[in-house]
Amino acid sequence: MENYSGETLSWEMIDGCIELALHREPCNEIGLKTLEELEGFVAAHNELKEESHTLIIHSRMKAGFCAGADLRELYLGASQIGFSNAEPQVRDFLNRIHAVMNAIDSSPLTTIAAVHGVTFGGGFELALTCDLIFADKMTRFCFPELRLGLIPGFGGIPRLNRDLGNAVVRDILLTGRSINATKAQNVGLVSQLAAENESLKLARFTAAQVKKFDRKTSAAAKRFLKPIPYGELNKEIDIFCHLFTEPAVEAGLRKFVESTDAQPYLP
Amino acid sequence: MRTIDDITGEILTLASTHFKVDRENLSPQEDFFKSLGIDSLQALELLTRLENHFNVELPDYEVQGVSDFQTLAERIQSRL
Repeated sequence: MENYSGETLSWEMIDGCIELALHREPCNEIGLKTLEELEGFVAAHNELKEESHTLIIHSRMKAGFCAGADLRELYLGASQIGFSNAEPQVRDFLNRIHAVMNAIDSSPLTTIAAVHGVTFGGGFELALTCDLIFADKMTRFCFPELRLGLIPGFGGIPRLNRDLGNAVVRDILLTGRSINATKAQNVGLVSQLAAENESLKLARFTAAQVKKFDRKTSAAAKRFLKPIPYGELNKEIDIFCHLFTEPAVEAGLRKFVESTDAQPYLP
Repeated sequence: MRTIDDITGEILTLASTHFKVDRENLSPQEDFFKSLGIDSLQALELLTRLENHFNVELPDYEVQGVSDFQTLAERIQSRL
């Protein structure tokens, strides 16, 4: 399917470049509907990859690229059956989102996340599946999960560990602080820094360059350069599921979901 | 070296420009969530604009709970 327009995301193929746009209010929170549509995208990508060279993932939402997992949906789903019984559901969700992330990570196409604004949690993890991250200067990256008693669950730690030094990973993860695009470029996370609202344009310039290369050579180079850390990814799911049943998570998520403060609950 | 007053003045000008509020209507001790009419996502935007303007890093937890321009200026001064 070359073109698709869905509830949470859409894609189109333009001159061999697949553009996947996220567009769920307010900031592309990833819940079951987004997961289903991402799975649909992966199936379409498998059909389109032979005639494509580049994949660009971007957001049409003003607030940012993606604020991560839909914590309200997660909290309400787990509350209904009880947090202590929720592990199988959480594990199923994680297995499915990992399959999506692994498919994008191992795509033979050259993949670019063109990001802006809030790129948090699962959104950061989605960007990390891409070969290149182009960020506008208003982008903020963050793994806030420890502030809720969790670790990132969509493959973030193994991918960040693969791509950057472990000290940088510890800084971002253990403090839960967000970093801006300039800092992210300084540590090697961001490939190209864009002016405000210009990251997609820069990604398209790069797609036009990538198109000139032999597709099989690009794919071979990528396979050589970018191994998928399957062992660590599976371990991450186990740790996340173990932590999820701890009382601190339920309490943290409840405070976050129920907060009406201008600054939502995050310790 | 910038004084607290210099920094506060720059913050007020920057906030007034980007959130389209009259500079005269902003004062250092004021709650910026109220005076700028911003939510938490826009507060993050303000944080990024301040980091870019002053060329500093401001960890979220240092500014968490801070809601007036003057204290924000003090946090920035500690990193200049």
